[in-house]
Amino acid sequence: MKYDVIIIGAGTAGLTAAIYVQRAGKQALVLEGATYGGQIVNSPEIANYPGFKNISGFEFVTALYEQASALGMEFKNETVTEVTKSDEGFIVTTTVDKYEGASVIIATGAKRRKLNVPGEDEFAGAGVSYCATCDGMFYRKKKTAICGGGNTALDDAVFLSNYCESVTIVHRRDGFRGEPSTLELLRSKENVHFLTDVTVDSLTGEGKLSALNYTDHKTGEKGSLAVDGCFIAVGQVPDTEFVKDIVELDSAGYVIAFEDCRTNIPGIFTAGDCRTKTVRQLTTAAADGTVAALAAVDYVK
Amino acid sequence: MAALHLNEANFEEEVLKSDKPVIVDFWASWCGPCKMLGPIVEQISDERDDVKVCKVDVDANGSLAEKYSVMSIPCVFLFKDGEVAGKSVGALPKDQLLKALGL
Repeated sequence: MKYDVIIIGAGTAGLTAAIYVQRAGKQALVLEGATYGGQIVNSPEIANYPGFKNISGFEFVTALYEQASALGMEFKNETVTEVTKSDEGFIVTTTVDKYEGASVIIATGAKRRKLNVPGEDEFAGAGVSYCATCDGMFYRKKKTAICGGGNTALDDAVFLSNYCESVTIVHRRDGFRGEPSTLELLRSKENVHFLTDVTVDSLTGEGKLSALNYTDHKTGEKGSLAVDGCFIAVGQVPDTEFVKDIVELDSAGYVIAFEDCRTNIPGIFTAGDCRTKTVRQLTTAAADGTVAALAAVDYVK
Repeated sequence: MAALHLNEANFEEEVLKSDKPVIVDFWASWCGPCKMLGPIVEQISDERDDVKVCKVDVDANGSLAEKYSVMSIPCVFLFKDGEVAGKSVGALPKDQLLKALGL
């Protein structure tokens, strides 16, 4: 069977697109390698989505998924490996099968960037974490480090400082990109320390993490920080590697498209955090899903 | 069969002394990915007679989480003959979870 629109990714952008495709009387297939929902699942509380004073990320995406399912969206838990052109559309290949679509929406979002240092993968779930709000409670009264200098890192540090014996903010520069007011709050806390202008060399331990090893940029000296936990918040990377041969990406890997969500290939659209844009919020993901779906529906008409 | 909720008192009896392999899902009510994984674990419990499926609320059973060095949730273990035989961290679709546990 040939689908009208194949949507890759079941986060807020992809599921919103599915709703609009189905309501336009077309058939959407949504392909997702992980559980549905995307990054917002990690948020215990959403307080900036219009119409909801307060809703958890889990409740939000579950409602979204059920809404799209009730409208007839087809959903498959399969990881997409390649998108190629066919005579009358596109072939989307997954680790399980191949599907034909008249159009495609890339809505794969972004994921936390790794530090890419030895020990990072080895101690994932055993001292290394990418989600302070998820895992912070396991480090109550323990020594932690947070790597990064943006808002996520600073907000995570505030969160951790309420539970942990100590929080050391490890950053490769002296200056911070995050909110000055958050930084000021952190500087006033006795259990928060700063280790700046350093490169993290490795994360080490036996069975579980015990040390973060670094090099000081100014002095060239190597040092080691004793930690039970290391939280990593060094930005995000779009999940677009698998489409790099078919659509244009920018140097950071984001799919190049303006607000109309059209890529350089007619029939392929993109929505959400994987698109080149300045604001990445739940509302803009939903907006992109809408725009991309209606453009795709118009394309297949 | 619905997953069995464990506590510090019955963990040994239900898991370590079990004849069948046991899947244990360490979770918490405030954890979004844990809630995503919840129905998947229940589905495995319904479908598989060859394994027993249990859940541990880490807020109520901190010592169990500590004993098994759970530092990120959801964290799913497979126990065989009283020993940890597999481990998976994070919310995964059913097939991937079973594969990660070696089932």
